[in-house]
Amino acid sequence: MIDPVYTFVYIFLFPGFLFIIIYGLILEFLDRRIAARMQNRVGPPFFQPFADFIKMLGKEVIDPEGVDRQLFDAAPLVALAAVMTAYLYVPVLGNSPLAFQGDLVLVLYLLTLPTIALFLLGWLSRNIFSAIGGIRAVTQMFIYEVPFFLALLAPALMAGTWSISEIAVWQQKNLWFIFLQPIGFVVALIGLQAKLERTPFDIPEAETEIIAGPWTELTGRRLALMHLTMNVSLVVGSSLIAALFLGGPMIPWVIIPVWMGWIAGFFLFLAKTLGVLLVLASIKVATGRIRIDQLNRIGWKYIASAAIVQVALVLIINSRWVSS
Amino acid sequence: MAEVIIPIGPHHPALKEPVNFKVIADGEKIVRLELDLSYTHRGIEKAAEKRDFIRVLPLLERVCGICSHSHSSAFAKGIEETMQLEIPPRAQYIRTIIAELERMHSHLLWLGVAAHEIGFNTLFMWTWRDREAVQDTLEEMSGNRVHYGMNEVGGVRRDLTLEQVNAALLRLPHLEDRIKKYVDMVNNQKTLLVRFRGVGKLSKEEALKYGAVGPTARASGVDYDVRSDDPYFVYADIPWEVVTDTSGDVYGRTCVRIGELQESIKIVRYCLENLPEGPVRVTAPKAAPPGEILSRYEAPRGELVHFIRTNGTDKVERVDIRTPTLANWTSVAMCLVNQNLADIPVIVAAIDPCLSCTSRITILNIKDRSAGVITMDELRRRSCTRCYGQEQE
Repeated sequence: MIDPVYTFVYIFLFPGFLFIIIYGLILEFLDRRIAARMQNRVGPPFFQPFADFIKMLGKEVIDPEGVDRQLFDAAPLVALAAVMTAYLYVPVLGNSPLAFQGDLVLVLYLLTLPTIALFLLGWLSRNIFSAIGGIRAVTQMFIYEVPFFLALLAPALMAGTWSISEIAVWQQKNLWFIFLQPIGFVVALIGLQAKLERTPFDIPEAETEIIAGPWTELTGRRLALMHLTMNVSLVVGSSLIAALFLGGPMIPWVIIPVWMGWIAGFFLFLAKTLGVLLVLASIKVATGRIRIDQLNRIGWKYIASAAIVQVALVLIINSRWVSS
Repeated sequence: MAEVIIPIGPHHPALKEPVNFKVIADGEKIVRLELDLSYTHRGIEKAAEKRDFIRVLPLLERVCGICSHSHSSAFAKGIEETMQLEIPPRAQYIRTIIAELERMHSHLLWLGVAAHEIGFNTLFMWTWRDREAVQDTLEEMSGNRVHYGMNEVGGVRRDLTLEQVNAALLRLPHLEDRIKKYVDMVNNQKTLLVRFRGVGKLSKEEALKYGAVGPTARASGVDYDVRSDDPYFVYADIPWEVVTDTSGDVYGRTCVRIGELQESIKIVRYCLENLPEGPVRVTAPKAAPPGEILSRYEAPRGELVHFIRTNGTDKVERVDIRTPTLANWTSVAMCLVNQNLADIPVIVAAIDPCLSCTSRITILNIKDRSAGVITMDELRRRSCTRCYGQEQE
């Protein structure tokens, strides 16, 4: 069995909840800084996301008239809990100790919850902008979720396992999936960008159209927690792509002692997530926001088709070479 | 989804100034639109009647923060025509240089705002950075970034030195490069194209019917530009072309403005290089003879009209300002029907609305707290009590 102290440290301190909150805020800083430099701005100082988070936690919480307070308080918490739990199954230091067959499906499911929470918040806010934003969030989810899932499940099909950690180990022995499934990698990046509601997919919170969408009526700690949820989603999403397509924290050769290998793997993991973030930030800077009907067309016509082609290719390769 | 009323404004992130649209939408489609203007009535026209010609120009300049030179030029032009003054050519050239620099900074600003409305903030940041070069030039020439205070009745208040001319000429190649870059971006950036093409269509007939002016009309193929149709300053003597486009959508309006940016650079360069020698002003008489004049001017947003009535004193009896934004509102309300909800900001931004400049009058009844409009006859009855009173006597 696993040592309980180790499990406790893993879940709560490192690389669990404490680490992911700090890393999420650091990624937010880097994201904003990179975008600012590309746009020829100065950008925020390092502590800005931390300061914002703490300050917003202390701000007054305003209840819109006639809103269901319990549900309104619970939705951001559920969303945050879901994405933080999802992180425990992503390999950061070697294999995740909590890994099991099928944790990939669990992580994908947990990553969907923030969108549902946003829809709920939009619907509960009793505000026309929030309601439109909530509807847009769900519409968008139905568009990107299918290709995103297909793209992330294709590595599982090829590796013959439904555990993220085992997929990472498979890549250590063979080849990174970015080379084996380049179409799937691109689709996964686009899906992640849409999941995180970043430009060009920031349709649900389009500032100039519907103020802040579902976020409009969020104040104080609700807003802080929802922001944190998005930051943690960014970490989980980029780690997931790093684990599934870029080999995760695994190093192709053996380092002795084992803990040295873990540390090297951890830095490798940091480098890979930062690389994913750089790509996501570049997409954000290089595009404008598209419309929901345009996303519908692009999403089903091109992105979903690309994901299906990728899965079909994997199935053909599997039946030809891997099974024999 | 049933029909919902979405209130946009008076305070909304897409709007930089107060205006209110009640958008009646069916899901994401716009069914109808109700406009409510004039949240910032400032009484400038009335205040203008109380000031003599020297002090009225700085006041009129403050009608608009962006096309400030347009307002003072339109007024000065009209008054000079009434006084039958001959303005020295050097002053006319300097006025043209300032006017075209103003058009450049206004169009660069607009390009950024339009990009921001579709969430493309990179273009927004870049154009506003490059706009600084224009602003710097204006500051060097006039001492101010926004309200230049260059005009006076009879000429301009400041002469350009050789250093200023050379410094301005040195900045132009860089600006030209950047504008080429934006032409490239507007024609090739995919998200810009999908959000601009086919959005907010206005046919040539509609543009004429609803009285659109400026780049909005020119993008629909209406070849109308006061600078060429009723030339003032030195526009009749220098080489330049009216930019038009036939697509009639937001993309067309973008192309027209970018084309005008390139034309403006050409005009500024020509004027700087061919600046004639001589005085920059003539002494104007204190009072203007009685008369009425309609002064037209091509502001960055379109045709600006100043109606001036003088009565033989050193003050105007009446000045009435029709800003281009007011002329363009009807076409916006027509463009928006059957469009997507997400396209409201960009279609509204496409006319480059300058809302506070259009604010004239709104009728409020304090007793029953109602607001609304009144008919032309009633307005005439209320405003011309003096003439009506004479009739009744």
